[in-house]
Amino acid sequence: MHVESKLRKPLITGGKTLKDVSEDICKRVEEKPSLSWYAAMILSNITLVVGAYAVYRTLWDGIGMWGLNKTVMWAWDITNFVWWVGIGHAGTLISAILLLFRQRWRMAINRSAEAMTIFAVICAAMFPLLHMGRLWIGLIWVLPLPNTYGSLWVNFASPLLWDVFAITTYFSVSLVFWYIGLIPDFATIRDRAKKAGRKISAFIYGGLSFGWDGAAKTWSRYETVSLVLAGLATPLVLSVHTIVSMDFATSVIPGWHTTIFPPYFVAGAIFSGFAMVLTLLIITRKVYNLEDYITIKHLELMNIVIIVTGSIVGIAYLTELFMAWYSGVEYEQYAFYNRVTGPYWWAYWSMMTCNVISPQLFWFKKIRTNIVATFIISIIVNIGMWFERFVIIVTSLHRDFLPSSWAMFYPTIYDLGMYIFTFGLFFTAFLAFSKYFPVINMAEVKSILKHTGEKIKK
Amino acid sequence: MSDKGVKFVIGIYDDEDILLDAISSVRGKGVNIHEVYSPFPVHGIEDRLGYKRSRLSIAAFCFGFLGTCLALTMMIGMMTIDWPMIIGGKDFLPLPVFIPVTFEMTVLLAAFGMVGTFLVVSDLKPWGKPKTFDLRSTDDKHVMAIEIEKNSMSEIQLKKLLESNGASETNTKLMEE
Repeated sequence: MHVESKLRKPLITGGKTLKDVSEDICKRVEEKPSLSWYAAMILSNITLVVGAYAVYRTLWDGIGMWGLNKTVMWAWDITNFVWWVGIGHAGTLISAILLLFRQRWRMAINRSAEAMTIFAVICAAMFPLLHMGRLWIGLIWVLPLPNTYGSLWVNFASPLLWDVFAITTYFSVSLVFWYIGLIPDFATIRDRAKKAGRKISAFIYGGLSFGWDGAAKTWSRYETVSLVLAGLATPLVLSVHTIVSMDFATSVIPGWHTTIFPPYFVAGAIFSGFAMVLTLLIITRKVYNLEDYITIKHLELMNIVIIVTGSIVGIAYLTELFMAWYSGVEYEQYAFYNRVTGPYWWAYWSMMTCNVISPQLFWFKKIRTNIVATFIISIIVNIGMWFERFVIIVTSLHRDFLPSSWAMFYPTIYDLGMYIFTFGLFFTAFLAFSKYFPVINMAEVKSILKHTGEKIKK
Repeated sequence: MSDKGVKFVIGIYDDEDILLDAISSVRGKGVNIHEVYSPFPVHGIEDRLGYKRSRLSIAAFCFGFLGTCLALTMMIGMMTIDWPMIIGGKDFLPLPVFIPVTFEMTVLLAAFGMVGTFLVVSDLKPWGKPKTFDLRSTDDKHVMAIEIEKNSMSEIQLKKLLESNGASETNTKLMEE
């Protein structure tokens, strides 16, 4: 039997019973959505449609619609790509790494964090796919098929191709991990629908639950599958942003060509991912009255992860500056001098303020246990992490080796539209998820209810 | 005994710790438990029921190894044998650059292979019919099912045994074969 110290705060408050857990979570799926849900869904759909126009123009007229130029040939698109992929790191980190470390607080938040991961990776994938100009050909070009366009096969020495493999693997393994966790909960919804005589619901969730009946033998296998998947997903999470960082680090561009990139990018990804999880969960727990499941303790623990990863990111920024100076390479030195004081100084200092200074406020217990402060800082961190990618990408490129090639990057409305499109896509998907899927992993929460619930602590 | 189905005695348990003790004592009486159904994974239940450790991790390793081999065969076949090219001054068999894709393919095949095996051995499929002894077993109750014919005790004796071991409720259920 698991015994836990009474000093630890309960992970589930409100004196919940097993029945209450099913009731509280399934109610959202079974009831009609609230007016605020409809309002949010309509707003997301409008965003999606407005952004879709930019996608349409990009496909129809080509990527000349974007603000890229000969010098800055990668800018807005890859910034957004890295930003979304980074956000997509929190879900699997929470469900896999925290599972291996036996962190029980993950159980209330892993479902929605994983959903967020999946949607964020879809949004990220939009950018490189559309940057290929012709989406339909681009999809084939990345596959290891013989072709007649030049080199006979895809180039396995290119980090861009590693990225294709890393992101598709990450996406599909995260999806499978998420779905396996959903099966027992779908069975709960199915059986509740059967009891209440809702035939259509029972049929749909019956199909989704794969005929799950909760037999001890199946649970035993399920636990093995979860553990091994967590073991596989842990290095996978770390590999994805490592490989994304290699898109830059293996080049010879000053400001990109650094060995610190992989750990620095991974820490940054976890940092931004947790910030987005916080933003979404603070809204979700409020709208769906889940304060007893996603408690202040959960938010505080996530804030601690933010302090740790934010500090790693801060140290990485300073290390980069030091190494640029210490390397003695004038191009490297200029790249960083230009980053800090050049025409994009405002982006650099926004990044420093948002990412290095703001998370340090979480050292104060009052701030890290305050919902409003957490919400604001989580958004600031997300903005800061967007600027980080923009700074790394654009400031390293815009002042080329030859001053005659120097240029500035200005986004067009189509660049903005593409970004807006992904927001519409992300929120539409997340809202649909929060309506039709159980937002909290009921089976896992039930398994810890007895030992970490409020009743046992009294 | 009906012609149409198999008759089970089921015991409903409210608490996982009572359930675990009940499994041990019921099995100690020589009763053969058909299966126990729970709304969440109960730790230690496999040992009490005498289940062996799942071998799915071995399946994961085998599929993962297959992924490693496939990835290396693919890349060596394309970049070393079929169309050798010098990229970045590396030789025709640049093993370090093959590491990322090999790793990803290993993880991909291990994960999909293991999950696929899990679904097949556990008979989980979209058109699968759950074996529901009691609808509450996915909500808040643990259900222990004992097939009457496979045991020497009578229905009443089995019910008494379950009740004496903490079952909050006992029923008889006819299941289709």
